[in-house]
Amino acid sequence: MILDQRFNWLGRAHYALQAASYPVELAVSSPVAAWHWVQKSFATRDSLEAENQRLRTRLRDLELRSMRYDALARQNAALIGLRNALPPVAQRWLPADIVNIQLDSLRQRVLIDRGSVNSVVAGQAVLDDDGVVGQTMHVGPWSAQVILITDPEHALPVSIQRTGLRTIAVGAGDSTSLALPYLPANADIRVGDVIVTSGLGGVFPPGYPVARVTEVHKEAVQPLAHVRAVPFAHIDTDSEVMLIWFRQDSPAAPLEEHDGELITGDRSIQPLTVPAKPVPPSEAAAAAKAADKTDAARKAAGTTHIKPPSQASAAKVSKPLSKPPATTPARKPERPPT
Amino acid sequence: MSGSSPRVAMLKTVVGALILTLLPLPSWLEIVRPGFLALTVLYWSIAAPRAGGITLGWVCGLLLDAFEGPVLGEHALALAFLAYIAVREHQRIRSKPIFQQSLIVFAALIFYEVVLFAIDGWSGHPLTAPLRWVPTFTGALIWPVAAAILARSYRPST
Repeated sequence: MILDQRFNWLGRAHYALQAASYPVELAVSSPVAAWHWVQKSFATRDSLEAENQRLRTRLRDLELRSMRYDALARQNAALIGLRNALPPVAQRWLPADIVNIQLDSLRQRVLIDRGSVNSVVAGQAVLDDDGVVGQTMHVGPWSAQVILITDPEHALPVSIQRTGLRTIAVGAGDSTSLALPYLPANADIRVGDVIVTSGLGGVFPPGYPVARVTEVHKEAVQPLAHVRAVPFAHIDTDSEVMLIWFRQDSPAAPLEEHDGELITGDRSIQPLTVPAKPVPPSEAAAAAKAADKTDAARKAAGTTHIKPPSQASAAKVSKPLSKPPATTPARKPERPPT
Repeated sequence: MSGSSPRVAMLKTVVGALILTLLPLPSWLEIVRPGFLALTVLYWSIAAPRAGGITLGWVCGLLLDAFEGPVLGEHALALAFLAYIAVREHQRIRSKPIFQQSLIVFAALIFYEVVLFAIDGWSGHPLTAPLRWVPTFTGALIWPVAAAILARSYRPST
């Protein structure tokens, strides 16, 4: 047990056990799956037609929108003069079904039907169509355990979209809320603020929607604000999720671990040996993509390497991450307008 | 019923308990779901201490670890402890009326949960929700029923 905990020696055993347990898990979930299948096959023509109509409308809507985004992205890239901005950050994605079994009633974990034969690795981003769902944890050959962002052991590096303020979102233990426990009482945050991933932590690229702030309590005597948010992803009702592989050379890619240090973006343009005084356009672009100013400052100073918050798994970075660069002290001076 | 060895019955009930453990339930039922596998191990340790004993507990725990639990071996250790206590005291427990047995089972389940709690804490996966203690109550409440059902699965040929 200690071996598993400390040295991860039993990874192979875990893998084998997960492989062995998957048939049982499938068997247990099969009655529910069968019921869904029966329901689906007896769906009326009307409801199917309605759904079809709805989906078609949505598709048209999205196509229109994506056309606009294409144009914007092109314009943006042209303006910045950075061709690397054109390839999307997501390289490959794979839908995965959630296997309907109970893994642990008090922890927020689910099992999906994709594993290492689908080249899923531990610590991979799991999204649904509205936001971030979680990341893979134990990966077996045909199945993988996903730790949800609402699990109390999961910490997600995020930033507030409106202000760019970075912090950590920790699961609150139920499937409908997240806590932001490391925000100072004078932080500029309001109900309704959108929380997005900040790109730190090495799992999610920046800018993916996570949650909307629903509750902010600031008390003068408390050094930290009490903030709650509701995730965008339909964590409690999803039956299908998306596994995403990210293009490592995209400027917006999540941080990558390299010799124990985390590196972001295109390696060919990244490590700046000589500190440049005026920030070159490519650097500025990369910094803009990373969407944070402190990084830009660091890059201009020639230090692109950011200390790793912990090992590769961002799932266990709850506390260590709160102090290093994630919550930038440089941001603190932002005081709310009194 | 199934020969002289209770092993077959043991296997069947363990698989049944595992399925009951993994079955998706509405959330309020999930909270009160007793540890079926722990009850099964307890029953077999008391009823047939020689056939299964600590090994049964350990194997069942490992099975449980394959599905849940943050650390591999957590449930294996806890269930082996549970089986050990039950095997040691099986004469005394067996002679008690069923309701007193329930009380003993309650104590044993609390011990089991404390072991899990301690391992969770040591391994840095703390889960301090008070709800985690609810299954010990429901486990003790369901014990008479569970024991009766498990008793039907195997009758020693006297």
